[in-house]
Amino acid sequence: MSEPAPNKKRQWSLRSRAARGLIYQLIALIVIAGAVWFLAFNTQKNMEARGIQSGFDFLGQTAGFDIGETVIAYDPSETYGKALWVGVLNTLRVAVVGIVLTTIIGVLIGIGRFSHNALVRGFCYGYVELFRNVPILLQLLMWYLLFVEVLPPSQAAWNLADLFFLSKGGVSMPWPVWVNGHFWVGAGLLAGIAATLYYRRWAQQQFELSGRDRNRWALPLAATLLLMLAGWVAGGAPRQWSLPEQLPFMVDGGISATPEFMAVLIGLALYTAAFIAEVVRSGIDSVSHGQVEAAGALGLSKRQKMRLVILPQALRVIIPPMTNQFLNLTKNSSLAVAIGYPDVVSIANTTLNQSGRAVECIAIIMVVYLSTSLSTSALMNAYNKRMAIKER
Amino acid sequence: MADIFQPVAARPAPIATEGLMPWIKRNLFTSWKNSLVTLLMLGLVAYLLPGFVQWGAINAVFSAHADACQAARGIGACWGVVTEKWRLIIFGRYPFEQQWRPEIATLVMVTGLVLSCIRAFWSMWLLALWAGVLAVFFTLMGGGVFGLEPVRTDLWGGLPLTVMLATLSIFCAFPLAVLVALGRRSNLPAIRTLCIIYIELIRGVPLISVLFMASFMFPLFMPQGTSIDVLVRVLVGITLFAAAYMAEIVRGGLQAIPKGQLEAADTLGLSYWQTQRKIVLPQALAMVVPSMMNNFISIFKDTSLVTIVSLYELTGAHGLALNSDVNWRPFKIEAYIFIIAIYFVFCFAMSRYSLWVEKQVNVSKAR
Repeated sequence: MSEPAPNKKRQWSLRSRAARGLIYQLIALIVIAGAVWFLAFNTQKNMEARGIQSGFDFLGQTAGFDIGETVIAYDPSETYGKALWVGVLNTLRVAVVGIVLTTIIGVLIGIGRFSHNALVRGFCYGYVELFRNVPILLQLLMWYLLFVEVLPPSQAAWNLADLFFLSKGGVSMPWPVWVNGHFWVGAGLLAGIAATLYYRRWAQQQFELSGRDRNRWALPLAATLLLMLAGWVAGGAPRQWSLPEQLPFMVDGGISATPEFMAVLIGLALYTAAFIAEVVRSGIDSVSHGQVEAAGALGLSKRQKMRLVILPQALRVIIPPMTNQFLNLTKNSSLAVAIGYPDVVSIANTTLNQSGRAVECIAIIMVVYLSTSLSTSALMNAYNKRMAIKER
Repeated sequence: MADIFQPVAARPAPIATEGLMPWIKRNLFTSWKNSLVTLLMLGLVAYLLPGFVQWGAINAVFSAHADACQAARGIGACWGVVTEKWRLIIFGRYPFEQQWRPEIATLVMVTGLVLSCIRAFWSMWLLALWAGVLAVFFTLMGGGVFGLEPVRTDLWGGLPLTVMLATLSIFCAFPLAVLVALGRRSNLPAIRTLCIIYIELIRGVPLISVLFMASFMFPLFMPQGTSIDVLVRVLVGITLFAAAYMAEIVRGGLQAIPKGQLEAADTLGLSYWQTQRKIVLPQALAMVVPSMMNNFISIFKDTSLVTIVSLYELTGAHGLALNSDVNWRPFKIEAYIFIIAIYFVFCFAMSRYSLWVEKQVNVSKAR
């Protein structure tokens, strides 16, 4: 004899969760919009009062300042827009080379933490602690100082076998003179990569079918090198090198890098490598020891253990923070402004001082870095979602 | 016929596995490859070390004589530059005869930091302690009361500025970070979107652009006639920057709380804020303390960037002390080593502490 349940109230009430949610959101939006309007209004008033012009029309005006090193041709009579583009390319150059370098050093140091040799372990530990506990700005300044104070002047550069020169003027080394024949070397490389990918897929299929494990490094590598060699011969075997040589007042020829570039590159690479080493170490640490022992019990060799058991699991842990470190390196390259490497921040800063367009210049810096970071961040979040533990 | 029991001869005692010699054998000379590496590294040390000792200690000049330093240039370090300039490097442009004030202020703040690291002091009283510490710090630094001579903030510099910027920005960033992290996990789309925009925007740009904004654009943002101290502007910039990173750390902790706990709290009739305050945050925050500590270290290091917008903290004070002094300018490297040592001591201590905290957190997990 139970009473019928009372009818559910379908009344709209202020106390309902949905209604309150709506109100909170509305308040938040109004507050933010109000704040933005307030700031924009003030900015406009202030700029009027100080006679500051606004808008991006200055990008078309003549820059009038020279840039120490450029990837593309540039001279002072060109526009601010072009100058900023040169800066963006300089940033990308140091970031890309830095990322390659830092990955190599970082992975080596990270693996070194597991060495059987106590001295190697100790060295890697000391490296990590020393480099990550000192601000990157200080390290950049220090490297730059070492370059311009300790090294000999460019009249008497340090010289290794007449091929490598090191001085206050920077680093010089031999570089092949580009002729059309080199095109075939590139073609050989591409063909090699394609063949490698195909071979590895086939090897994986064979492995899954028969359990026979083929070497997936030596053969493709040799094939690629051979293809490149064949391309080189097909291209007429160009053998012309541009060699650096010591002139009375400078080192000329070959490919050279300025001390600013070298200081930024070395500083960023060594600093970030300390963090990457930690990422790699924690990744390898995260694979439980039992699995390694189980793999050993199944008779896997040391290399197979690494490739089939440890790495696939460690990489899951390693890749997201590693990407973050690459982004950090790119963002830290903005500190190049402190030692005069003409990256995008440094050029935007000069532009700001010359044209007085503070808002626009800072916006440009932010957009450049944001577009790099956000695209990576989007990838990362997608990856994170896929990897996160699924719940109801 | 049963066999007669014959005991097997006793095995020899195991070769010693403890002590120095076995350790050396196990860690340095296990195989010929290993031995080769050991010998190579020892050789490298033997090759490099004497030079460093010669330069850093034997031929070094410790007294503040520029001429003696000039004479030793190239063969010995000139630690005299530190003897001569350390006050300028550590306290920046702060008036010379008043420098006992930043000295005590920094000591008070560092003591506060150390006390906050000790478990026995983790209680609500810590907040009161910090109110006191900050009051003492700013009274001593700024002056103007108790007969202390007023000192303008643009004269503050060196280590006190570094410690203050790092500590204060973390303090201000923490509540903001918790709110933003909760907002990012909220069910309300507008609030979630705002929080995501804030976090991704800040994390996508380098700190230096935020500092440029604080120093060039902030004055434009404010109503006409108001001017805000550059120190405050920079502090706001670092706080906003730190909060975005910290929010992501806190979010990591929030994600780790099982959904069942939230459902249980709902069932018990707890409101959203009650759930967060009593159930989610205590667990989530405890989980992320080590990462938070690392965030503090990176903010501590990042304060060195304010030198680019002309505040003379430790790195900037170095340039201030040496750039304009012809006698001492050649010995910048020694002064850099001095600053690097200061940063290293602070950051290394903090990272050790962070490891300790991590162990403490894991103790409660291991049942």
